[in-house]
Amino acid sequence: MTFLEVTAFLLDGFKISLLIFAVTLLCGAPLGLPIAFCSMSKFKPLKALSKVIVWIVRGVPLMLQIFIIYYVPGLLFDFPLFSKIDIFMLINYGIEDAGRIVAVLIAFTINYACYFSEIYRGGIESISRGQYEAGYVLGLTQSQVFRKIVLKQVVKRIVPPMSNEIITLIKDTALANCIMVAEIIKQAKELAATDAMVWPLFYTGVFYLIFVGILTILLSKLEKKLSYFRG
Amino acid sequence: MAHLVVENLTKTFGTLKVLKGVDFSLEKGEVLAIIGSSGSGKTTLLRCLNFLETADGGQITVSGRPLLDGYNNDEDIRKKRLNFGLVFQSFNLFPQYSVLENVCLAPELHAQEKPDFKANKAAILADIRKNGMELLEKVGLADKADAYPCQLSGGQQQRVAIARALALSPEILCFDEPTSALDPNLTGEVLRVIRSLKTSDRTMIVVTHEMDFARKVADKVIFMANGIIEEEGTPEQVFGNPQSELTKAFLTGFDFTED
Ligand SMILES: Nc1ncnc2c1ncn2[C@@H]1O[C@H](COP(=O)(O)OP(=O)(O)O)[C@@H](O)[C@H]1O
Ligand SMILES: [Mg+2]
Repeated sequence: MTFLEVTAFLLDGFKISLLIFAVTLLCGAPLGLPIAFCSMSKFKPLKALSKVIVWIVRGVPLMLQIFIIYYVPGLLFDFPLFSKIDIFMLINYGIEDAGRIVAVLIAFTINYACYFSEIYRGGIESISRGQYEAGYVLGLTQSQVFRKIVLKQVVKRIVPPMSNEIITLIKDTALANCIMVAEIIKQAKELAATDAMVWPLFYTGVFYLIFVGILTILLSKLEKKLSYFRG
Repeated sequence: MAHLVVENLTKTFGTLKVLKGVDFSLEKGEVLAIIGSSGSGKTTLLRCLNFLETADGGQITVSGRPLLDGYNNDEDIRKKRLNFGLVFQSFNLFPQYSVLENVCLAPELHAQEKPDFKANKAAILADIRKNGMELLEKVGLADKADAYPCQLSGGQQQRVAIARALALSPEILCFDEPTSALDPNLTGEVLRVIRSLKTSDRTMIVVTHEMDFARKVADKVIFMANGIIEEEGTPEQVFGNPQSELTKAFLTGFDFTED
């Protein structure tokens, strides 16, 4: 295989990595918000439930969570949902690994939503009571105070921890190969096994590095944009 | 009927009785200075007036309308609050908004709720901005309209906070130790602004440790101790001839410059 062919082969895998990245971000980031509000709820049972879920999801390795999501329907209900999706999509549409990818997306979204929720909660709780009270005294509603006063300050505060988490996310996508999803590292391992080429495994690092570089530039632009105020 | 009547106001936090029955009244345009040592309940009193705390008992009456009437949903509280304005010790400006935006934010949000807003949007917003600029001029900060709070000194921030409170034209404007968070050399500019606000139709309540200011600007002085009004009178009475031992003890802690 030529260098270009290897690159194309790995790029196919990296597309899967990027898919996992994008879906996790687009679904996990919004999902984190209701979880954060539940964790801050004055209704004790809801708060407790939310905290327990976050504790479990953050306390268990993501790889294990992928296994659980993937295998539990078959083991517990005798209905291997994701394998069935795999077969269905392969036969009808010629798409490989669809069920496995869905399992990975679910595990990633839940996992990252919980991490994001803790970042949101920290950000929201760090805004001083004085900011809320200044808004209330001016006759604003609770929702106006949150949207017009608190939100932007929270966004400013969570950009740095969110940036860290987002950069971790692209690297975490490699975990999908634990259930044989053909992300980039799985592709490289296949080359090692079938063509006895080890160097593509190291070459995958370049893909991550380029992507992380782009992310870093974009995120620091966002940070700069919010640097016009302090607070 | 007095403009503001506070009767037997009580407030308890847990087991701590912070207000044990506060009574006073103010005529329209009067300036009340509240003095007293830390922990005596001054802030709690202002917070009850502004509905940041719900008083346990008693009554607050503004222009004959009793406010503690049992209607306490968010919308009721929001309306009642607008009788009062509050300037905080720690300014609490909104950091992401420019000085002018800080002043105009609340009037704009209130205007948006009016039915005719959509039709006259441009004119209404222009009007709010113009009023905002006038208020900034009044507090001497028109040239800082586009600056952000983090670019201002403490004294300037507090003057913006005053303009922000004025923007809703509250009938009764409260100040909670407006100069306590400031360097001594910056208190003068803020006190001068507050003094300049004294007009015949603006009632003001100023919690302060600036005894000179209280003596010169206030029409009425209240000395609070342990959740009650220990002494009340004109500045001449309270500063010149205090009756209560507690008041005397408190006042000996301050130096007075003769004028
Ligand atoms: N939210 C609260 N919860 C419990 N105690 C409070 C609260 N707010 C004030 N207090 C207590 O009430 C007392 C009076 O406080 P405050 O009204 O702030 O006094 P001042 O403004 O005169 O210094 C203090 O002992 C204070 O600790
Ligand atoms: Mg106080």
